[in-house]
Amino acid sequence: MSLHAPTRRQLLLASGTLFAWAYLPKVARAEGRDPRLLVIVLRGALDGLAAVAPVGDPDWVGLRSDKALTLDGKPPALPLDSFFALNPAMPNLHRLYQAGAATIVHAAATPYRERSHFDGQDVLESGLGKPGATDTGWLNRALASLQPDGRASGRRDAFAVGPIAPLVVRGPAPVLSWTPRRLPPASDDTLTRLMDLYRHTDPALARVLEERIGLATIARAGGMDGEQPRAAGAGQVRAYFAESAGTAAKFLARTDGPRIGALAFDGWDTHAAEGAMNGRLATLLGALDGAIAAIETEMKDAWRETVVAVVTEFGRTARINGTDGTDHGTATVALLAGGALEGGRVVADWPGLKNLHDGRDLRPTTDLRAVLKGLLRDHLRVDDAVLASKVFPDSGAAKPMVGLLRTA
Amino acid sequence: MAVDPKAEAALALHRFGTGPRAGSIAAIASDPRGALLAELERPNAARIADPELLTTGAAARAAIAFQQAQRLARQAERAAQQAAPQGADGATPEMKPADQAARTVDSPRPNAGPAVPQQLYLTEAKARINAALNAEIGFAERLAWFWSNHFCVSADKFGVRPICGAYEREAIRANMLGRFGDMLLAVESHPAMLIYLDNARSIGPDSIAGVRQKRGLNENLAREILELHTLGVRSVYSQEDVTRFANVITGWTVIAPRQDAARAGEFVFNPNMHQPGAQTVIGRSYADTGVEQGRAVLAALARHPATAKHVATKLARHFVADEPPPALVERLAKRFLATQGDLKEVTKALVTAPEAWEAPRAKLKRPGEWIIAAYRAVGVTPPDVGPVMQAHNLLGEPLWRPSAPKGFADDSAPWLDGLAQRLDIANQLARRVGGQADPREVFEETLAPLASTETRQAVTRAESRPQALALLFMAPEFQRR
Repeated sequence: MSLHAPTRRQLLLASGTLFAWAYLPKVARAEGRDPRLLVIVLRGALDGLAAVAPVGDPDWVGLRSDKALTLDGKPPALPLDSFFALNPAMPNLHRLYQAGAATIVHAAATPYRERSHFDGQDVLESGLGKPGATDTGWLNRALASLQPDGRASGRRDAFAVGPIAPLVVRGPAPVLSWTPRRLPPASDDTLTRLMDLYRHTDPALARVLEERIGLATIARAGGMDGEQPRAAGAGQVRAYFAESAGTAAKFLARTDGPRIGALAFDGWDTHAAEGAMNGRLATLLGALDGAIAAIETEMKDAWRETVVAVVTEFGRTARINGTDGTDHGTATVALLAGGALEGGRVVADWPGLKNLHDGRDLRPTTDLRAVLKGLLRDHLRVDDAVLASKVFPDSGAAKPMVGLLRTA
Repeated sequence: MAVDPKAEAALALHRFGTGPRAGSIAAIASDPRGALLAELERPNAARIADPELLTTGAAARAAIAFQQAQRLARQAERAAQQAAPQGADGATPEMKPADQAARTVDSPRPNAGPAVPQQLYLTEAKARINAALNAEIGFAERLAWFWSNHFCVSADKFGVRPICGAYEREAIRANMLGRFGDMLLAVESHPAMLIYLDNARSIGPDSIAGVRQKRGLNENLAREILELHTLGVRSVYSQEDVTRFANVITGWTVIAPRQDAARAGEFVFNPNMHQPGAQTVIGRSYADTGVEQGRAVLAALARHPATAKHVATKLARHFVADEPPPALVERLAKRFLATQGDLKEVTKALVTAPEAWEAPRAKLKRPGEWIIAAYRAVGVTPPDVGPVMQAHNLLGEPLWRPSAPKGFADDSAPWLDGLAQRLDIANQLARRVGGQADPREVFEETLAPLASTETRQAVTRAESRPQALALLFMAPEFQRR
């Protein structure tokens, strides 16, 4: 696609990624840096244990049995250190990790302890301690607190990809959004839920939809997609993730472009047939891995000054449920990637798997806000006081995590 | 059935209206039937007053002027090509010549935007969509849609596109709460209908024009009036009735620019095209009184019991059930005959009939009803009509473009096929508006009184707001009415 500033019309029609650019990090620039931050929100709650498995924990395999990722599994998990291993669908992230350009934070959670997606996403994106009416996100408020650096007059502040700007990037600082030419079709998850609803309440509609979907699947399997039939539409998911993330990176990489961006990917609510190793979740993680690779490629030299933060509203149950999936849980992972990171580490105060939160979830030991505050302070140079009062109100106990960024 | 007043209010909005908006169930819950009746009593109910919209004649003349300019431009182009066969500007006939009549041929071609007929069509479409989005209940809108489809024309017929919106406003909306006979006359003498069903060029074989020219009678409009607009197919008329009725309405045509440029595009009775002599239609003889001969036949058709039955059946099928309860049809037909086709009275009879509320919510909403209902549910007015029109097209109900004079189907079966496409559209709309609307509120405001536990759970347990909205739009209770 051609790189032009999104127009007002595209903004109105937009659907999913956002960037901000008028308020540029002045202090950081005074230091001779030009930092970029891209936040990716995974909606639906990522199963952190299936993304980054505690293969060294003696209770791990007992919890998940044949669904547990292991170093000698099929396919084998990718070792991160002596304790954790990465889902095999994410070779790019593994490569970055080995090169010191990726950090994984485990057993992390927002302050939200209930299990509603909408409320959990509100807390994650608003930066507030509780769900409730809000129309600004922490990323936008952080941006608005930064002084313009003088070269920014007349330019914009933040950038978003997709038809709707994620809440995390909405707020006082202006936001431009760009939407991929084609929105993805309804996800397999949406379709599954709809079929389930129809089967229980309206058999006639269920029959029609089954027939139509059956035809579509056959058409897709016989088409040029080249994907295995196990995950219909996997190619579309990959393409959508990569195009969205790659485009965000193109904007952020420009010398006159935005410095802050956000996008959201759906589909992580894996209640049934989770498929961490070779099913639906593997497809999604693979698509996310491709998105990270696309960002690295499109950032070019600016990759050195980039941090990508991948976050989700909460985790999932430690055990597999009766339908080979996982239900809403608590702690999960945050994935950080980018050349600006002091990476190659898994940051975790590991709670173990014996003593589960509410007897079912990975216990949260790291406040996700501490991670994000650490990034905002050390990467963008947002004030401690602003972080504690405006960006993440009531987060005093969650001190900004130190040492996430390269100091050289 | 509907004992819960909120459930009856929600049913009123889904079955008879354009769908609930935030607050509309509560607003009418004390008396849903009364609220429907009150909407019919509003002054100018379902009229669209928009100074931007042109009358039929003005719209037709704007289109004619545009087409003439195009012709001149093409002639100029040909002349230029003959003068300089190696013309460097690479002109192709596809390029928009709208602004070119006044330009020198070698000037760069401007992008003229949509052609005038299409502009007129889109402006009318926008006004209609906005009227449906902004209506309190939307019952009058739904009636307008019903009658517009009963007396459908198609924008795909040359000459109809610029005036199909004006046709609906002038012939349908202005008469649909008055006498059926008045609406029938307004429709059958409207240029859009005369062009669409070819009567504008139907010539009585023994008329002055018929004797002079080789062309003659066209039965299309006469047949469809009998078969679709009034008596109903296989009812009381024969092929001879069709032919004789076609003779009666010869001369009902449209003024050509060369006849009268100032009134071009308007209706005229042209006696030179009219078949002379008395005609017998359905057992009754009509003396040749010129245009009055056709008016008399239409008046008789409007009063005919078969027409009452046909109209009653269609109304009941559209609003209530694919196989409408016979008692309801009977009730409406009786009212039609008793009031000499007073459509407000017939409509009231529909709303006050117990059968209209007792029927199960089994009918699949037509695509247009469903699309508008979805926008109303989330309280979003689309920035331009493009996505709404595309959704209509994709779901097989392109606005004012039915594939045949029968109009779009009133029963559910043909629309079931589009269910998977509805999911695509629901998904896209949900992604576009999902950041602004809280699905739990939308659910409470639009569907809760009618929804199953399963639907409630599907919406509230969705993984994201966009997914929740998509599931809400696709829920059986939002698809059916």
